[in-house]
Amino acid sequence: MTDMYGKGMLKGLGVTFRHFMNTYLEDIRWLARGKRRYYTEEGIENRKSTDASGIFTVQYPEEKLPVPEEFRFIPFLIYEVNEEGEKQDRCTSCGICAKVCPPQCIWIERTNNPETGRPIPEPAEFYIDVDICMNCGLCAEFCPFDAIKEEQHNGKAVASVISASCKGCGMCNPVCPSDAIDLIGYTNDEIEGMIESMILNA
Amino acid sequence: MSEEVLVEEKTELEERFPEIARDQRNGYEGFIVPADKLIDFAVTLRDEFGYDFLSSVTGVDYMPEDKLEVVYHAYQTTGGPGFVYKVQVDRENPVVPSLSNEFPGAELQEREAWDLMGIRFENHPNHKRVLTWEGFEGHPLRKDWQEPFFEEEGKPFKSRWPGGEVIRIEDNNPFRKNVDYPQGFDPGKWQEAGQAVVYENVVRLDHPVSETAISTDQIVVNLGPQHPSTHGVFRMVVRLEGETVVDLEPVMGYLHRNHEKIGERNTFLMNIPFTDRLDYFNSMSNNFGYVLAVEKLMGTKPPERAEYIRVMMAELTRIVNHLAAIGFLLNDLGAFFTPLLYAFEEREMILDIFEAVSGSRMMCNYYRFAGVARDLPEGVFDQVKRFVHDRLPRKIDELDTFLTNNEIIRTRTIGIGVLTAEDAITHSAAGPVLRASGVPYDVRRADPYGIYDRFEFDVAVRYHGDIYDRYLLRLDEIRQSIRILEQVIRDMPEGPVQEGKPQYQVRVPAGEAYGRVEGPKGELGFYVVSNGKPNPWRYHVRAPSFINLTPLGVMCKNYKIADVVSILGSIDIVLGETDR
Repeated sequence: MTDMYGKGMLKGLGVTFRHFMNTYLEDIRWLARGKRRYYTEEGIENRKSTDASGIFTVQYPEEKLPVPEEFRFIPFLIYEVNEEGEKQDRCTSCGICAKVCPPQCIWIERTNNPETGRPIPEPAEFYIDVDICMNCGLCAEFCPFDAIKEEQHNGKAVASVISASCKGCGMCNPVCPSDAIDLIGYTNDEIEGMIESMILNA
Repeated sequence: MSEEVLVEEKTELEERFPEIARDQRNGYEGFIVPADKLIDFAVTLRDEFGYDFLSSVTGVDYMPEDKLEVVYHAYQTTGGPGFVYKVQVDRENPVVPSLSNEFPGAELQEREAWDLMGIRFENHPNHKRVLTWEGFEGHPLRKDWQEPFFEEEGKPFKSRWPGGEVIRIEDNNPFRKNVDYPQGFDPGKWQEAGQAVVYENVVRLDHPVSETAISTDQIVVNLGPQHPSTHGVFRMVVRLEGETVVDLEPVMGYLHRNHEKIGERNTFLMNIPFTDRLDYFNSMSNNFGYVLAVEKLMGTKPPERAEYIRVMMAELTRIVNHLAAIGFLLNDLGAFFTPLLYAFEEREMILDIFEAVSGSRMMCNYYRFAGVARDLPEGVFDQVKRFVHDRLPRKIDELDTFLTNNEIIRTRTIGIGVLTAEDAITHSAAGPVLRASGVPYDVRRADPYGIYDRFEFDVAVRYHGDIYDRYLLRLDEIRQSIRILEQVIRDMPEGPVQEGKPQYQVRVPAGEAYGRVEGPKGELGFYVVSNGKPNPWRYHVRAPSFINLTPLGVMCKNYKIADVVSILGSIDIVLGETDR
């Protein structure tokens, strides 16, 4: 045995020591440059870049990572506001999203014009069961009218929450970049009702 | 291996076995072997033609023809295309001779075929269910078996549009009966008999007690299913002599959801996001395997740029997986979380890339038939470039210094959990487990798919077959992946990323296809049978995490119980894929 026993371990400890020191050194370097490493956009950008060293964690929820444009979360319908101030869904109830949805969580009700008997290009009801949705993004990908989205578009599109399909899971709250969605929890009555129905069925 | 050799082999085999017939169905390949000649045929194929690696065994239910078929895919460990042979049996009384005694690698797969398809394997050493529980009624992959809350044979379900009568999932109340018990079955009384079945195999073996040593009682210990070292819900029934493992049997299926049945209900496109959920560390390479299989059936090819992006993502995901595997192995060895978090620092950067490209960190759903979902967004290519050129090599070297020569790691891993090359091949182990045992078999080189034949890289191989070599091999593979990535970055062309218009209803001609990729955990294969309808007739996953568990008993025998944890960690399993 040529090597000293324990040398490998000491080397390894050297690596942890370097990591440990780096967490302080990096902070001091930023201080010396007169910049703030935490709670600033620049700091977050640095910590997730390839030259990150030292502490690379993010102080959630005070700090949030920027969300890339393609990021997928719960699908929602997009509406446009016309000149009279009416909200108009872009959806034409063509049903492609319901057909392509892998867990089949989209239900669309299409209605016909009672006079002509032709389908109205607007959904009568549109449900997304968020419990089942697997956030695959296929509905948004194959929508020919860009009417359903899982991503934000630099504030151009307005997210409309369909209260009928919201399950209060809270997913949208932490991912919303502009803190636009506030979740109202279940009322006490609702919770009691759920418990009761469980007891009755059990 | 050229095509002519294959043709020669086939004619020679036909002369040797006049009973076998070529599979004449349109879009099918291989031979149909009569059941009574199966063992003879398989052994001849192995011993005289060199097809020593029985990669995949699975069943297909051809209900309209009233037949069950067992499909075998055999390969040569020296490389080259595969050899497919099939056995057809009657649907009412499906009995096939078991290959498990000649090819122990078939053992778990035959058990799976029994469990899900109801094909009985004669002389199987351990013939019982593997993924579903002992009291399960029926064989779910049979076409006439229907799940609770069955709606329709295939998606899309007609009720969704234009009717839209919404049924909430909670209206199918989970507290109502959603499990079918066999008649007269009482779950409260099941315990005794069911447990006996689990222990049968480990208790059954007759172990000679040494005359000279102090006589000790052998005890049976359960490791798991709720054990932090099992990487999920996985159970090992271990028979111990003192602290030495005498026998070990893996028990799995706690996370079983019958991925394959779901896959048969889905359309071809819908399956892509479901493959993400198999091995959730490597959704990119799961997509790759499935997409390859369906592309084989469709006869399409992605454009150049998409091919490069695919390779880039597949290699990045390999790096992610190996970093996590090394980290968790160290966790299992007792180096609690420090190495893992160092590894996760790099993993995090790769996941950021995935997120920017595909929209999700782990469930990427990025590959499409004949292309990828979208082009690389602005800036991502530079991000990959900086990461691969500047940061990753340095960090891998750091991990190397940090761990490789550590005396504790060396004493705990060198010479532990040895799997010989011979055992590795016969047990159908694949990926790092096979290559660490000295078999340089890598699908990327042995049977290149995509554009892997263009890249220069070495097939990493180590020769001792112990935990330490499996660890070193993963480091080697990360370095080779970096080499491939450098070439991808150098050669990445411009152009479209999708052949033709993206379609949500793809036309897949009838036939069968087996697409396999070298996943980070081993050979990941997708066997897809289409009958021309929008839904696949059969969709089977050859899951490396599942099949790599076949040699677990061999690897653990005669080592201490404390080593079992690290041996399991060195195989690197993900239960989402094992249990499917």
